[in-house]
Amino acid sequence: MHVPDGFFDLPVSVGAGAVAVAGLAVCLRGARRELDDRTAPMAGLVAAFIFAVQMLNFPVAAGTSGHLLGGALAAILVGPYTAVLCVSVVLLVQGFFFADGGLTALGVNITLMAMVTAIVGWGVFRLITRSAPGSRAVIVAASFVAALVSVPASALVFTLLFWIGGTAPIDVASVAAAMGGVHVLIGIGEGLITSLTVSSVLAVRPDLVYGARGLAKRLVLRTAEGFEAPLVAAPATGEAPVGRIRPLLIGGGLVAILLAGVVSFYASGSPDGLERVAADKGLNAHEEEHGLSDAPLADYGVKGIEDERLSVGLAGVAGVGITVLAGGAVFYTVRRRRRHRAAV
Amino acid sequence: MTGTGAPPSLRVSRLAYAYPDGTQALFGVDLTIRRGERVALLGPNGAGKTTLVMHLNGILTAGHGTVEVAGLPVRKDTLLEIRRRVGLVFQDPDDQLFMPTVRDDVAFGPANLGVRGDELDRRVRDALTRVGMLDVIDRPPHHLSFGQRRRVAVATVLAMEPEILVLDEPSSNLDPASRRELADILKNLDVTVLMVTHDLPYALELCERSLILSDGVIAADGPTRSLLADADLLAAHRLELPYGFAVPALQQ
Amino acid sequence: MSAGHHHRLYLPGDTPVHLLPPQCKLVAVAAFAVAVVATPRERLWAFAVHALLLTVVAAVARVPAGFILRRMVIEVPFVLFAVAIPIIGTGARTEVLGMSLSVPGMWAAWNILAKASLGVVASILLAATTEPRAMLLGAERLRLPPLLVQIASFMLRYMDVILDQMRRMRVARESRAFVARDLRQAPVLARSAGALFIRSYERGERVHLAMLSRGYTGEMPITRDLSASGRDWGMAAVLPCLAAATAVLSWSLT
Repeated sequence: MHVPDGFFDLPVSVGAGAVAVAGLAVCLRGARRELDDRTAPMAGLVAAFIFAVQMLNFPVAAGTSGHLLGGALAAILVGPYTAVLCVSVVLLVQGFFFADGGLTALGVNITLMAMVTAIVGWGVFRLITRSAPGSRAVIVAASFVAALVSVPASALVFTLLFWIGGTAPIDVASVAAAMGGVHVLIGIGEGLITSLTVSSVLAVRPDLVYGARGLAKRLVLRTAEGFEAPLVAAPATGEAPVGRIRPLLIGGGLVAILLAGVVSFYASGSPDGLERVAADKGLNAHEEEHGLSDAPLADYGVKGIEDERLSVGLAGVAGVGITVLAGGAVFYTVRRRRRHRAAV
Repeated sequence: MTGTGAPPSLRVSRLAYAYPDGTQALFGVDLTIRRGERVALLGPNGAGKTTLVMHLNGILTAGHGTVEVAGLPVRKDTLLEIRRRVGLVFQDPDDQLFMPTVRDDVAFGPANLGVRGDELDRRVRDALTRVGMLDVIDRPPHHLSFGQRRRVAVATVLAMEPEILVLDEPSSNLDPASRRELADILKNLDVTVLMVTHDLPYALELCERSLILSDGVIAADGPTRSLLADADLLAAHRLELPYGFAVPALQQ
Repeated sequence: MSAGHHHRLYLPGDTPVHLLPPQCKLVAVAAFAVAVVATPRERLWAFAVHALLLTVVAAVARVPAGFILRRMVIEVPFVLFAVAIPIIGTGARTEVLGMSLSVPGMWAAWNILAKASLGVVASILLAATTEPRAMLLGAERLRLPPLLVQIASFMLRYMDVILDQMRRMRVARESRAFVARDLRQAPVLARSAGALFIRSYERGERVHLAMLSRGYTGEMPITRDLSASGRDWGMAAVLPCLAAATAVLSWSLT
């Protein structure tokens, strides 16, 4: 479900837009590094694939069905940079060509559905495959968990943004509960399809699974004359396993930041939190509600989220936080890649 | 029969190649194609035909041996010129037609060579005229029929004014009428042609001479008619004429 | 979101809206959407003005109302959501037809419905009057990273090819009496998705080879340049400027 225009206020839309632009800029460089001059056709085809696979509806529970978000799947199959890029392009095309998702909400949509799903998915996947020895079963299991986590993570960030600058007066806790509940269910479907898809690709073309590159064996080249030469690096499957500590640290850090966000959100958003009430009472003075000021619940009604300054401030903080998070993840991957380059 | 002094369009000598996964596909291929010839490269699935084709314009680089196009060896520093000289038409036209319109697609190659403006337009129109597809110039490729797409794919390569046209399975998936139209177009082109196929009647119709590639080496080289008349040779290399089709044997 | 994707997006024509350079239209639509979102929800008249502006554009571009309405189904999930807000919303309550509804909730529902609809219609008009290829050229003109534009261009080119493959796989599944009832059928869907990925990826590799074979060195050649005159920009600016003026007025008037 793509967020339309008018769902978030302007500051959040602009803030998320800035995050999306920064993230895309980083991913463009990253993808170039991953794919070289193959970037345009490969990412284009993968984007078309994601577009198609998002139409694959699966039944979640009685009467409802979800569709694949595909962020985690893409990250595991083609790497996090390319994944963010591909899902973002899908969202851009959906926004501009299909009127699916508001143009002012593009930043929000890219942040939620491309960046959070791919980065969280990849982070969790990496965390698991790093700590357990790489084998097909581990990769498939890690794909399941990664995709499962990526969906509620995206829903939580949605709730966070909603808390900062949503335009609907719904209790944040109930939004979180509803979003969380439904999205864990959807996450199970996402995890199942993602892991099974990864597994079926692993069975046929293991070299195409970015997240399984460590599994590739060293190859031997034989020529007509019959002499054998050990191959230094297989061009198609080349990525050898690299440093084990930094990814763990960064992966852990990523999850920690995420948890911190979630926990702090719950701390302030939990039902009847005193701070919240105080804030509401202090910040609710809005002329637009004047006609209702005699209603007994009027003071609670505005929820403070309509306040311009608070929204801007929080949007800024969230923007910085997410940028740091994305930047950190990117920095680590770049470093890793450089080191790998040097090693080859 | 022998050369007129100009180097042959294509000369491949002792070409061997193994894929990164260790599978060796070519075991020392030798072949020469003179300027203006139309030659068929026959072989069963898995004989190494596509691997050989990928060497002709430097997409794969030889593990051993050399490839020369009109005297110019395929090397890293000659790649751009080699790719201009060797026009490769892929089996699936959808792979080849990747631009939003036919015009953009045909212009892609020459534009990469630095051709711009009126000259670019002339080349695009000229190439499309040669395959009879000028009237679809502004259509998106996916709105064309399969046969039309294949003809446009040929045009994309012709626009680069190649020394040699290399076609990978040109007759596959074509209905009989499209097959005929493509044959007529190919017969009237004034370029050297190497046609990779296992469609033996098509080879017989279009090419005087044929090569049989089998197990990564050239197993036979001669007039198409006499190769196709040799049932034992064909059987040995998993090639078969269609049911009810017979080539009258010539004097051996 | 599966609805609507297969409708024809572009309506050929030669109206002034069609003839505007795509980059002007892109900027105009984006600016219009911002102006709409910035309009306070209580100023009902301002939304009427926005809607009127779009109606005029649609009339000038000769885009039939039926076409727009049919494509607006994309909004349906959010309409449902918006309907739910007054019921689950917090704040002051009022009785409407015997139902207790949240007043801020109703405002919020109106806000989302109005702004989302205006945004959707603006996007539909953009897509209806701009060829996909022109839209990409316009985006490139606006200094969007060329790589991003290329990826989008490849995606648009191969979307139908891949959707076709997916459809064939579905036919193959269903012709063997497969019905996706619940998650137990997921493995079958996943195998299709896996096969689809491999096909897409391998096609990407082949497309890359085809590009290399025609001299691709990492840059797309620019064979055409769309330039927009001051007059074009002026024409395109009419819509967002009027919308912005409306928004500003709605802020200052009470």
